[in-house]
Amino acid sequence: MKIGVFVCHCGSNIAGTVDVAKVAEAAKAMPDVAFASDTMYACSEPGQEGIIKAIQEKGLDGAVVASCTPRMHGPTFMRTVARAGLNPYMFEMANIREHVSWIGRNKEANTRKAIDLVKMAVAKLGQNRPLYPKTFAVNKRVLVIGGGVAGIQAALDCAEGGLDVVLVEKTSSIGGKMAKLDKTFPTVDCSSCILGPKMVDVAQHPRITLHASSEVEDVFGYVGNFQVEVRKKAPYVDWKACTGCGACMEKCPAKKSPDPFNELVGRTTAINIPFPQAIPKKASIDPTACIRFKTGKCGVCAKICPTKAIRYDQQDEMVTEEVGAIVAATGYDLMDWTVYGQYGAGRYPDVVTSLQYERMLSASGPTGGHIKRPSDGREPKNVVFIQCVGSRDPSVGRPYCTGFCCMYTAKQAVLTKDHIPDSQSYVFYMDIRAPGKMYDEFTRRAVEEYGTQYVRGRVSMVYPMGDKLVVRGADTLAGTQVEVLADLVVLAVGAEGAKGSPHLAEKLRISYDSYGFFMEGHPKLKPVETNTAGVYLAGCSQGPKDIPTSVAQGSAAAAKVLGLFSKDQLQSDPQVAKVDLKRCVGCMKCALTCPFGAIKELETRGEMKVEVIETVCQGCGICTSTCRQGAIQLQNFTDNQILAEVNALLLTAEEEGA
Amino acid sequence: MTGKIRYAYYPGCSGQGTSVEYDTSTRAVCAALDIELVDIPDWNCCGSSPAHTVDHHLSAALSCRNLAQAAQVEGARGVITPCPSCLSNLKTSARRMADPDFAARVNKLLDKPLRHIPPVKSVLQALFEDVGPDALYPRVFKRLEGLKLAPYYGCIMNRPPQIMEFDDHEHPVAMDRLLEAVGATALPFPLKVECCGASYGVARQDIVERLSGRLLDAAAACGADAFVTACPLCQMNLDLRQDQINAANKTGHRIPVFYYTQLLGLALGLDPKALGLDKLAVSPRDVLAAVGVRA
Repeated sequence: MKIGVFVCHCGSNIAGTVDVAKVAEAAKAMPDVAFASDTMYACSEPGQEGIIKAIQEKGLDGAVVASCTPRMHGPTFMRTVARAGLNPYMFEMANIREHVSWIGRNKEANTRKAIDLVKMAVAKLGQNRPLYPKTFAVNKRVLVIGGGVAGIQAALDCAEGGLDVVLVEKTSSIGGKMAKLDKTFPTVDCSSCILGPKMVDVAQHPRITLHASSEVEDVFGYVGNFQVEVRKKAPYVDWKACTGCGACMEKCPAKKSPDPFNELVGRTTAINIPFPQAIPKKASIDPTACIRFKTGKCGVCAKICPTKAIRYDQQDEMVTEEVGAIVAATGYDLMDWTVYGQYGAGRYPDVVTSLQYERMLSASGPTGGHIKRPSDGREPKNVVFIQCVGSRDPSVGRPYCTGFCCMYTAKQAVLTKDHIPDSQSYVFYMDIRAPGKMYDEFTRRAVEEYGTQYVRGRVSMVYPMGDKLVVRGADTLAGTQVEVLADLVVLAVGAEGAKGSPHLAEKLRISYDSYGFFMEGHPKLKPVETNTAGVYLAGCSQGPKDIPTSVAQGSAAAAKVLGLFSKDQLQSDPQVAKVDLKRCVGCMKCALTCPFGAIKELETRGEMKVEVIETVCQGCGICTSTCRQGAIQLQNFTDNQILAEVNALLLTAEEEGA
Repeated sequence: MTGKIRYAYYPGCSGQGTSVEYDTSTRAVCAALDIELVDIPDWNCCGSSPAHTVDHHLSAALSCRNLAQAAQVEGARGVITPCPSCLSNLKTSARRMADPDFAARVNKLLDKPLRHIPPVKSVLQALFEDVGPDALYPRVFKRLEGLKLAPYYGCIMNRPPQIMEFDDHEHPVAMDRLLEAVGATALPFPLKVECCGASYGVARQDIVERLSGRLLDAAAACGADAFVTACPLCQMNLDLRQDQINAANKTGHRIPVFYYTQLLGLALGLDPKALGLDKLAVSPRDVLAAVGVRA
């Protein structure tokens, strides 16, 4: 076998702390190595051309590239090797950047370690065999999880692109957080007026199936062929019969149920339609508030309903949807601000969250668009906004900037002046972060035209004094402490991943961060993809975003799905487990340990054996370490290949010791 | 609670002077609740206000000598002290000793290097964690029913949180819960961790008049019969200087300022003399009489 070794400088990333010429020189002495060189940037066009030229001119059988992590450029170099006419699996990578040059400064030790890693890669490549992918058919339906603005956009774009779309929404109506907003920045246009028509489009689109009050229970399968179990939670109303007339809401005697749509500011009835523009506009019963469910008595709604749609005995229903791709658009939740003892931690009624204030501003909200203090219903004159409550605050475990709070606070300050012309708003801020189109202009308007007082500094404490609240903080520009006597305090609460998103991430087999946000495939170059093929992200499920960015990402996710579905056949990764039927004793231990259910029983010549479903197998290798017979082997990571690497390393050590 | 709990006790300098009633009431309450206090033999200044403003190593050496002396108390669960300032300095010094360079310099100042650092708690933390409100409830002799209290923890009892590691640093409740267990009403006093002005009473009386004045105003606005404190300095500023504050702010507050140990002692039926109620500048007589306690 003739192997070529290509050592990359990566500019000074590697060459700064590794003697790359020496690594290439050492490689020439390794068994089977017929060619070795160092190159400035192996991944660049001349770098790749150099590899192709060497393979073709020297008649190489395989190539080792010693450079960065295979996560970054493994596929790049596999394509290079393929362009040179070799099987792409006749390629190995030695990670001498993340594993060597970036973690140590001792050039001599680094060079030694880099040589060891190259030696291991060469030894493994000696055992590599060509692998060939299989092709499989694609189910061209798409599942969108989450019916906020990002999910709606993704669903509509996919449907317009000719795909059948299943939209699953947890609550009883789509619309998400945007439906709760009164106005949007920086245009101060009505949120539900621009979102409402899109929601109607979803309802009316012949290609979109909407499951409201539903959650994804389980996900099986793989890209192109997912089976998704959806739990349709019982609304205790036959939605086929319900016309959304609202008669039940008018007569329901349980009127004190906290209203989640109004952020618990207002009260609602036990049977309700969350808001006037709800899609689907169907009633559902909250069994924790319903008198019928709690005491067995009542039943007013069943009597009043003109279409006899009430079903107290309705059960949850399971639906299986078969799709080829999934878009996760589960959005965000506000961080639990009650950890802030200094702001009252939920103890003072006149300290409200930003989203609660938004509902108070909304004409369809619990106060009919009138700003009223929750404690006594009076109209506030001095309103204090505190920014960065749960953003940029490592002390509560939220070090990141939520990004949209500066803008919505400016918007709420502007709206406050519109609603109460003789009011005065104060905003305590750290910096103003307004980088979007027309954003900075908007915050300036809040100051210059609406007279909002911006105070740069954190608030140390909010406490009641009589029927007012004392807001004490620092003015770091004036270098003094300030106190504002407020009638109402609005906390600009930061965002975190939606509750339950880690559970969903596990079902989708995608990663999530410690704040509950899903991880994108690459922070810069794969912002919509995940590391699981066929699963895409949109909106705040990936990180806090404003509406334009959420919509853009919803469209981007749709574009990715349409791109995926532009092929009728997909290729599977051949780096999967493979069973040696002669050795297999059918003990089924591998099947028990496989986390993906990729191993099934196989009867052959009257004996029980196992077989790997290649499209389901993720190549994790757990089965291979379970098998006592050594009968199941992960392709491209066989026992022989790994032992070759170990031998290469240990023999080096032995030589050095001798 | 089973059997006696033993602690090495650090009274601190104020316990011997300005807040002797805090010390005696602490001893009485602990004795009544089966917590055995053994004074740290030959204890010295904790290195608080004067030393730590001059030299952290010297300040830590003073604290660490006390910790080393405490190790001589056999069978002790750790060190407890009533004074938050002593507590702060003992805990901060113990934390700083984790740095080998710092420890080396401190050990040079000590005769013998400090090998074992015992756990350090406030008396409040020991009462809350080792006895607790539930165990306190059945031992109450006289319930302080109807006594409306403003629990005031002061600024350093729970802060900084990563060193004090007890209760909520912005909204502590340990003292509230103990007082509720003996029947008193703990009001939602909003300024429970605010600064009283501390030792500025010496240098800048106007600062104390402003900061402590605000505390008195807020307690009065809440409808408190009395303050309850856990800090000798807070107690002194609010109680001893109440007339000064009234004069400066043109107010007329007459709010007694108890140590929480005094009220727990009364509820446990201890002798008022041992609790040092006669040492309070603002007389608590009327407030206590209103709830049927003679003192």
